Amino acid sequence: MKYMNKSIEELHELLINKEITSDDLVKESLSLSHEVQEKCNAFVTILDEQKGGEVTDNLLSGIPYGVKDNYSTKGILSTGSSNTLKDYVPFFNATAIENLNKAGAIKVNKTAMDEFGMGGTGTTAHTGIIKNPWDTTRMCAGSSSGSAAAVAAGVYPYALGSDTGDSIRKPAAYCGIVGYKPTYGMISRYGLFPFASSLDHCGVLTRSVKDAAIVVDNMKGIDKNDMTSFDSSNINLYKSIDGNVKSKKLCYVKEIVDINRYKNASLELKEHLDNFYRTLDKLKKIGIEVEEVSVDEKILNALASVYVIISCAEATSNMSNLTGIIFGPRGKGDNYIDMMKDHRTKGFSPLIKRRFVIGSYVLQKENQERYFRNAQRVRRLLVDRWKELFKEYDGVILPVSSGPAKKLDGEVDILDEKTQILEEHLQIGNFGGFPSITIPNGFVNNLPVGINITGNCYDDANVLNIAYALESTMNYKGQIAKEVK
Amino acid sequence: MGYIAKIGLEMHCEVSETNTKVFSSARNSYSDIPNTNVRPVDMAFPGTLPVVNKEAVRMALMASMILNCKQPEYMYFERKNYYYPDLPKGFQLTQETKPIPVGIYGKVDFECDNEIKSVRVNNLHLEEDAASLDHYFSSSNIDYNRAGVPLLELVTEPDLHSADEAVSFLEHMRSVYQYAGISEADSKKGQIRCDVNVSIMDENLDEEDPKNWGTKIEIKNVNSFGGVRDAINYEIKRQTELKENGKYDEMEQQTRRWDEESGTTIYMRSKVDAIDYKYFVEPNIPKIKISKSWLEEIRKSIPEMALDRKKKYIEKYNLSEYDATVLVKEKNVSDYFEELVSNNIDVKVAANWVTVQVLGYINKHDISINDFYLKAKMLSTILKALESKKISSKQAKELFFKAIEEEKDPKELLESSDMTQITDEKEISDIVDKVMENNQAQIEEYKNGKTNLFDYFVGQVMRETRGKANPVITKKLISKYLEK
Repeated sequence: MKYMNKSIEELHELLINKEITSDDLVKESLSLSHEVQEKCNAFVTILDEQKGGEVTDNLLSGIPYGVKDNYSTKGILSTGSSNTLKDYVPFFNATAIENLNKAGAIKVNKTAMDEFGMGGTGTTAHTGIIKNPWDTTRMCAGSSSGSAAAVAAGVYPYALGSDTGDSIRKPAAYCGIVGYKPTYGMISRYGLFPFASSLDHCGVLTRSVKDAAIVVDNMKGIDKNDMTSFDSSNINLYKSIDGNVKSKKLCYVKEIVDINRYKNASLELKEHLDNFYRTLDKLKKIGIEVEEVSVDEKILNALASVYVIISCAEATSNMSNLTGIIFGPRGKGDNYIDMMKDHRTKGFSPLIKRRFVIGSYVLQKENQERYFRNAQRVRRLLVDRWKELFKEYDGVILPVSSGPAKKLDGEVDILDEKTQILEEHLQIGNFGGFPSITIPNGFVNNLPVGINITGNCYDDANVLNIAYALESTMNYKGQIAKEVK
Repeated sequence: MGYIAKIGLEMHCEVSETNTKVFSSARNSYSDIPNTNVRPVDMAFPGTLPVVNKEAVRMALMASMILNCKQPEYMYFERKNYYYPDLPKGFQLTQETKPIPVGIYGKVDFECDNEIKSVRVNNLHLEEDAASLDHYFSSSNIDYNRAGVPLLELVTEPDLHSADEAVSFLEHMRSVYQYAGISEADSKKGQIRCDVNVSIMDENLDEEDPKNWGTKIEIKNVNSFGGVRDAINYEIKRQTELKENGKYDEMEQQTRRWDEESGTTIYMRSKVDAIDYKYFVEPNIPKIKISKSWLEEIRKSIPEMALDRKKKYIEKYNLSEYDATVLVKEKNVSDYFEELVSNNIDVKVAANWVTVQVLGYINKHDISINDFYLKAKMLSTILKALESKKISSKQAKELFFKAIEEEKDPKELLESSDMTQITDEKEISDIVDKVMENNQAQIEEYKNGKTNLFDYFVGQVMRETRGKANPVITKKLISKYLEK
């Protein structure tokens, strides 16, 4: 490895000074892609024919990157890691891709993911299980599993992800890298295969906060094709990062991180939470105030159900277009209903089917009030509570998950009731459309763990700046996965 | 014992006058080659998103105002989820009654048999049309041109009592949509489609009390006004027979289908089997604030409606009630008439020509006035020539048909042909002299009392001039000659 472990700024410098060409970078990235494919099964497609591009003033020009396979890429297979789209080659680009094309960024592969972004394990892709580069017996979490694995393994400085519950921010933590989803609507979702439209965000996985800022600066922008996008031309995230965090205030939620709430807590969990508190001390040292706040446990306990209800309801409707008739492999049958049934029965993994059943159930006339509408009400309560916190604090800081990456042969996708809130709290960032970033903050059992900062809508620059200041107090910026097994 | 029918309508009308579809940037245009007005979103390619067409919303709000409905403060769209090949997304974007759609609780007055009737509007909502399907023996063709065309659905309360009332109401609404510039509202193009609810109740019971109402039967798929009339009459007859055979109470609430070929309604499904559409608010469309000032702007821009024009024709132009009614029935006909008037054609002449010649022609040939070759400007040329006595009224009619038949501008025909009337007295006088000299015997007979020979002399002059001589002048000169 010569260059792909570097940051975007460093690579740009090398390109501008003609110490290296874009072609060289692409070649290296492609060859690393094949290595990581062998080891982690991180990709659906590797674009072997890809060539370097022009180097301009744009920091991303000529630099390779990866695209999660639920982004529509013109002329390039885009499967969402699902058999229902196993041969689908779109004829249009997602707006975010279009924007990166304009910046001169070079895509080199499409990364594998949990099917259509559903699932948090990286085990449901139609191309098979995605493995963690730190320890291939462990998962990357999901759903942006391939992107996280590839960035952590040093295939390129960044890869695109999408985040409906924590699909960027949790894999980032499990892989020891940075995962950032900006405010809802900052990046257009046009061309992102939808999972749950009101929760879906585009975002990025990188190895540093600055890199995340650079990439999102180039992905974002109001889009006439996405009514939920907003004009952020007054925001320049990269330029806003100055490391000045004097008089900034963060809070953490007692009900989520108090070790006494977890009876028979595992050693891993204890260590993870201890590490979290040590990180808070680092923040205090650089002049950031950190306070403990309390949130009504009732609404916190409802969080996971609220997420399941809303996301499954929207998903079952969003994916009704997958019939195998207009696109996707045509099912067998004598009439369109049988053809659709055959296509969907064979195409979807059991996990997705289960979620469709839940989604359908909670939307039924007789259940809608009790489940779907109530879930929307609780969503509102949680968002309101967090917005209240943002009146006083620049952000909420919390540990990601209950520890490092889980074993693949353990019981996957079955929630541990006791630590559920630790596993699920990042979803609040999706409920409110809040900017939210995960950065690595240490190791537990020699495996990376992460910490998350979530701020108020449109306050992305502030959130990134705090994350940058914290990152600068630790040694995990730019880290590449070293196999620990 | 007699019965009263209670009839409610769900009238779907395509909004044909926007440039693009309601949630897509594809062109909104009817008569193109199949599957040409299609953007990725119309075929639900993964990752595509709906974008609301503001112009369609403006037109929908205008319709809501004309129907005296209440307009919402915020506008939402909802997904109606079901699978059908004409619906690529697997759901239709529409508006349910909660949160409130583009209009609720309105009231419309309309004329039926010279009486003003009134119907309450439950709601008016804006939605997207589905693709059109053509079914063949073993296959079906899908045309996505229609998928996503804006569609206004108007739902009335069951305030109508007969097929005549229902059809009069629909005709009124068609005129409203046309005059407001919202739609051509042409049922031949499938732009108007109806579902009809019919129930009957004993006539001596209180109609105001819903407890006395009969079982609601919904008839789907009625796509012409004639069909609405026939379906209602058939259903009233069917239900009356059930009453009389004592079987009415066994009839369950149900949906039936109008079958044009057999002229009957056919059972589709019972209310128990009603589809659960799992409505929920479309998350990709943020709620849209409908500002007071925008509403005011829309209200001010509502054009003159048929009844306003009719009043003007009667009071200002002194036209008969009948002529005024005929002229305003179709907006494009009324526009044609008004263009003649604005070209300084005498109002009476214009009205006469439009109601007799123009409508006679387009009705005979079953075409729309939009497809009528002779535009108002061209007819003005003919009528001006007539007024200035350049041509006779017989020639005007000939010119009218000749222009249509040959698809030529009457102005050219007038200049090139010999159709222009001879009004020069000297010229006519010379011809009269010549004709009379050749008919000395007839002049003798005339003078001996065979006065009906006068017309013969006129005919001879006309033959000589191929009909171009001004008949009044000709007659005057012949009289003068004979008196010599």
